[in-house]
Amino acid sequence: MSKAILYDSTLCIGCKACEGACAERWGLPYNDKIAAEEHISAHKLTAVETHGEHFSRRLCMNCQQPACASVCPVGALQKTSLGPVVYDAEKCMGCRYCMQACPFQVPSYEWDKRLPKMRKCNMCYERQSQGKPTACTEACPVGATIGGERDDLLAEARKRLAEKPQAYYQKIYGIQEAGGTSVLYLSAVPFEQIGLRTNVPMEALPETTWRVLELVPDVVSTGTVLLGGIWWITNRRSEVAKKEGRR
Amino acid sequence: MKVLMGKITVWRAISAIILVAGLYATYLRVMYGLGGSTNLSDKFPWGIWIGFDVMCGVGLAAGGFTLVAMVHIFNIEKYKPVLRPAVLTAFLGYVLVVVGLLYDLGRPDRLWHPLVMWNPHSVMFEVAWCVTLYTTVLFLEFLPMVFERFGWHRPLEWIHRISVPLMILGVLLSTLHQSSLGSLFLIVPSKLYPLWYSPILPLLFYISAIAVGLAMTIFESWHSSRAFGRALELPLLASMARVLAVILSVYLWIRFLDLSHRHAFGLLTQNRIETWLFALEIALMAVPMALLYQASVRVRPGALYACAVMVVFGFITNRLNVGTTGLEAGSGTHYVPKWTEIAVTLSIVATGFTVFRLIAHYFPVFEKEQHTVEVQGEIDGADREAGAPVMT
Repeated sequence: MSKAILYDSTLCIGCKACEGACAERWGLPYNDKIAAEEHISAHKLTAVETHGEHFSRRLCMNCQQPACASVCPVGALQKTSLGPVVYDAEKCMGCRYCMQACPFQVPSYEWDKRLPKMRKCNMCYERQSQGKPTACTEACPVGATIGGERDDLLAEARKRLAEKPQAYYQKIYGIQEAGGTSVLYLSAVPFEQIGLRTNVPMEALPETTWRVLELVPDVVSTGTVLLGGIWWITNRRSEVAKKEGRR
Repeated sequence: MKVLMGKITVWRAISAIILVAGLYATYLRVMYGLGGSTNLSDKFPWGIWIGFDVMCGVGLAAGGFTLVAMVHIFNIEKYKPVLRPAVLTAFLGYVLVVVGLLYDLGRPDRLWHPLVMWNPHSVMFEVAWCVTLYTTVLFLEFLPMVFERFGWHRPLEWIHRISVPLMILGVLLSTLHQSSLGSLFLIVPSKLYPLWYSPILPLLFYISAIAVGLAMTIFESWHSSRAFGRALELPLLASMARVLAVILSVYLWIRFLDLSHRHAFGLLTQNRIETWLFALEIALMAVPMALLYQASVRVRPGALYACAVMVVFGFITNRLNVGTTGLEAGSGTHYVPKWTEIAVTLSIVATGFTVFRLIAHYFPVFEKEQHTVEVQGEIDGADREAGAPVMT
């Protein structure tokens, strides 16, 4: 059981109430100029994008098996059992591997600060752990963003697809993408038309590096025996050669 | 003689300009952060400070572990004369990689964090540990040169006593992190262009690191023979070039198999920047490979040097392709390094050359000619390591 968000692009009216609520929750400035920016950044952790007549909201997908958390060398990013992927700025050393690894290009960096942090949505971990909804779901006036258990939201999404087949592109974005995400999308048109990446691998990304990393103990132990053995043989050979005066 | 002096002065002038620019770039990096000193962005978080300073820096230092393995583990003693310069290159290389990291990390004051805050699932964590440990090993492998210089026999003996386990450890650590630099990019299957993304990136990185380690050894032997007026160890380098040709062949063959199994050759018909960069990278490996199979090339110092340079540039092209250019299309952006990034990188390279030269001048890095070794018996008596005459 873990918390998730369902964003229904067909219901979204582009009012950007979620953006304002998110900025307030993080204590970030929010004004007309920032509202006009249609991409997430270190000072705007969710953004409503306009794609023709459709809207699309961007925020951290809080993946089920997050690449960012698996690659972080200091464990500053953690997947919580509640669902959100949380970030501990005190641990972060600023290698930005999480940004490189994220298939959705979500993590943003405070490039202009002298002591920068990474910034991303954490699905209001603090609020949700107190049983409150996320700031964005609370703010949405039309129910385009709703929160709840992931399984329940998946059931709800399937129900919507079945009830109004003409209104929806018959797929849910986030079931399999990158091994499954906590943010699920419904759309009237194919997902790439509302700016979602559709070339994201359908497997959990941490697997790609773990397949190699789990070999490390084998490499070390086999390597020690092999190199030690080779040294033992070659060294003995030259000792013998020296003793026999062959040089 | 006049020509030579003129040349040296030109190089010194260039180095001075680079270092001044690097200093100003350092000021900008400290005062204005990464935003004020790089062209990095949220979509493109890694630039040449990672792609060149770290990925090429570590690779170009691979001669250290390659030669340690050849000389001390496989006991091929004829390569001994080039062992110490290779260890020194490796040691300086790793120190400079750390310097590069201090520029690149958003919080360089937390460089030590991976040592106490663990995440064994992270490739970066493994690389951080290996690089830390291996830099320590290289320092210990470099120490005998210092001890000999000052005639400290006791510590020299201590070092000799632990030298075999130390060297095995060094080779293992190198094997792990040279390959892990490739594993770093396994996590970006949808971003890295398919000519470079491969499940066997770690293997390819490892083999190419061995190749470039040998090429760098030839490269620095050639330079130091000119700089210090020594005779070039030509028969030795020629036989090393033979090994290099074989390793390049193995590398290119595995690369070919990998591309064919992944059905990636179709991409080569597309007229894109990636296709041309791939062609450049492969050519810079394949041409020296073909040339080094010719005995006539191997015995000519100039040709040998040219081949080594090609391999080095082929390697750099490969690492930059994997670390930067190959990621541009998949990241949906373009990246051209800012002048400050280039200035810092060039300064690091210039510092490397200068410090190498200084250490090689003041410490017993290069072997004396064989006849002088026998004359100066009292110096080399304590030195079973480098002073022992080459096996004949």
